[in-house]
Amino acid sequence: MNDSENELSRRVIIANELGLHARSASKIVKLVQNAKFNVWIIKDGKKADASSIIDILTLASPKGSTITVKIDDRSDLEILNNLVQLIENGFGE
Amino acid sequence: MDHTDEKEVRLKGINVSPGICIGKAYLVGKEGVDVVNKYYISQDNLQNEIKRFKSAVKRAKDKLQEIIETTPEELRQHIHILETHKVLYKDKMLYGRTIETMEKELVNAEWALKQVVSNVKRMFDNMTDPYLQGRAADIVQVSESIMQNLMGAKALDIGAIRKRVILVASDLSPAETSQIQLEKIKGLITDLGGKTSHTGIIARSLEIPAVLGLERATHLIKNDDIVIVDGTAGCVIVHPTDQTLVEFEERQSNYERYKAVISRHSHLPAETVDGIKLEVLANIELPEEVVSVINYGGDGIGLYRTEFQYLSRLQFPDEHELFDNYKDVVEVMAPRSVTIRTLDISGEKGLSYASDPDEKNPVLGLRGIRYCLKNPDVFKTQLRAILRASAYGRVRILFPMISRHEEVLAAKKLLANTADSLDKEGIDFDDNIEVGIMIEVPSAAIMADVMAKDIDFFSIGTNDLIQYSLAVDRVNRQVSHLYQSLNPAIIRMIKHVADVAKNNNVEACICGEMASDPMNLPILLGLGIDRLSMNPQSIPIIKKTIRSLNVKDTGLFITDILKETSETGVMKILMGAYGNILQDTGYKHDKGVLTNLSTGGENSI
Repeated sequence: MNDSENELSRRVIIANELGLHARSASKIVKLVQNAKFNVWIIKDGKKADASSIIDILTLASPKGSTITVKIDDRSDLEILNNLVQLIENGFGE
Repeated sequence: MDHTDEKEVRLKGINVSPGICIGKAYLVGKEGVDVVNKYYISQDNLQNEIKRFKSAVKRAKDKLQEIIETTPEELRQHIHILETHKVLYKDKMLYGRTIETMEKELVNAEWALKQVVSNVKRMFDNMTDPYLQGRAADIVQVSESIMQNLMGAKALDIGAIRKRVILVASDLSPAETSQIQLEKIKGLITDLGGKTSHTGIIARSLEIPAVLGLERATHLIKNDDIVIVDGTAGCVIVHPTDQTLVEFEERQSNYERYKAVISRHSHLPAETVDGIKLEVLANIELPEEVVSVINYGGDGIGLYRTEFQYLSRLQFPDEHELFDNYKDVVEVMAPRSVTIRTLDISGEKGLSYASDPDEKNPVLGLRGIRYCLKNPDVFKTQLRAILRASAYGRVRILFPMISRHEEVLAAKKLLANTADSLDKEGIDFDDNIEVGIMIEVPSAAIMADVMAKDIDFFSIGTNDLIQYSLAVDRVNRQVSHLYQSLNPAIIRMIKHVADVAKNNNVEACICGEMASDPMNLPILLGLGIDRLSMNPQSIPIIKKTIRSLNVKDTGLFITDILKETSETGVMKILMGAYGNILQDTGYKHDKGVLTNLSTGGENSI
């Protein structure tokens, strides 16, 4: 994995009590709406489109699970940072 | 005949409305049912069809936005689920995929949506996490509102059914249930729901045999299958054999004959052999039920549960709305009395906008009077509505879930304040309104002598009293056999309350399921109970049984009963002394068509 690819993806641990449930997923979707390219959430090799609540929910990620957030293009770096912050802060719950 | 081709299947569910019917199944469409037609779209029309879909989504989303906006600020936090629904409308997996399917397969929007939703639903159904499994319901709800816009709400038009059928549905919303027309429906079966569900109440008041909570009825039954619904036993038979059909036709006519015999004298008073008149009252949950109360010869309403108006909505009902409902009931019943129980929200009936989802043990939590005293504004609104209705007939107020004497005083104080303010506003009400409390918590039963000084009547809610006294959750299959209304501890507890009532000159009424079982009557009469309240359908048989009993005899008999140390012992003496009379009233306690005739929605007492 080269540096540029590292830069495009970040590993995060789900911190909130309920895990990636409908409410937290809808917060992710809202942030991702502003992305110019695709944004992905990856867990145990399964890849979900971060702009779809349904797709995020199918990853079934309870509290404590590790996920990877990945963007396709550098222009969405700010969104990546915001997403990581949102998840690390437990979605403000 | 086609019913012999397939194997007979028997399903067990919850018996919510007694009676037997035999007929052809009619599936009411939700997800997965054949009401959505498939047709092909030409390439030229594709864009129009996509536009039709987009506009259906937009209308559904706009309507939801309107609901969100008209919800008062303080309740906003409870509607986050609607915000999620709003985002779901445009979700790629739903919205995007439906359009893709239309483009790829050149099919109509309804069909494409149905395919996409089935796929998503299957994905969620396979998940192990119950929370995630539950999210499938959100997706189905969202897609249904789109579907209704696409089909012009034709999908669920129960009113349009032409032949007399047995309705099979996954679940019915109050709006759908209210469309049911009696002459079109023979029977009713659903996957979800229970005795206290809206569907159950409506089925009972319309006297349609119904079995709910069958879990997989909609998967196993197809349109036009021959189905037997035994709402008395809570059983549904699909593809019955010829032999089963004959057997149930016979049971059906026995039941009808029996009902006719029982009802013949139901309008006459319930007077015992030695001339003592008992009041036989009705429990209701919806204003519409007063019709069956009057039909079955109820002497009044002993328990009007008021929770229903607070359910399935986004905010508390206002005073005016409550008043209209109470006034309807009070006026129709006058001069007979109507006992209105104040709001008793509990775990199973929690209000989405006012309950704490994290409450670990709601049955022992913030419910009944505890909730009302903590939320005086909600409570006062209801008290105002009840007091105002008291100007139109004979109203009594009943406070639920009393467990401490202080609660009686606090509730009465709030009632007095409310009456004062109505008085100042010059609004009419009955200023001698009687006030009573539910005896359903053991502490209240034990302290009944203290409570009696401050109230006019006791209403013994046996369902909860038994559950709390014996520490048995009666829906828990492991222990439900321990839930016994004739447990000696329960008989003694009722005796204590009945004695206190007599000594203090206050009334005592039994309003739990115990009152609707003829077998319990010799014991209840022996304990000195002279008021009973039950589901309207049980009134005729209870009145009939009372007419064959002698209060003086039951008084002697009860001394033997009180010596017993187990249910088995109680039962033995009871059957020895009264087995014949109970048999004569047509009541068999083992099994057979007459058992459970007094099916009712008493779960929540």
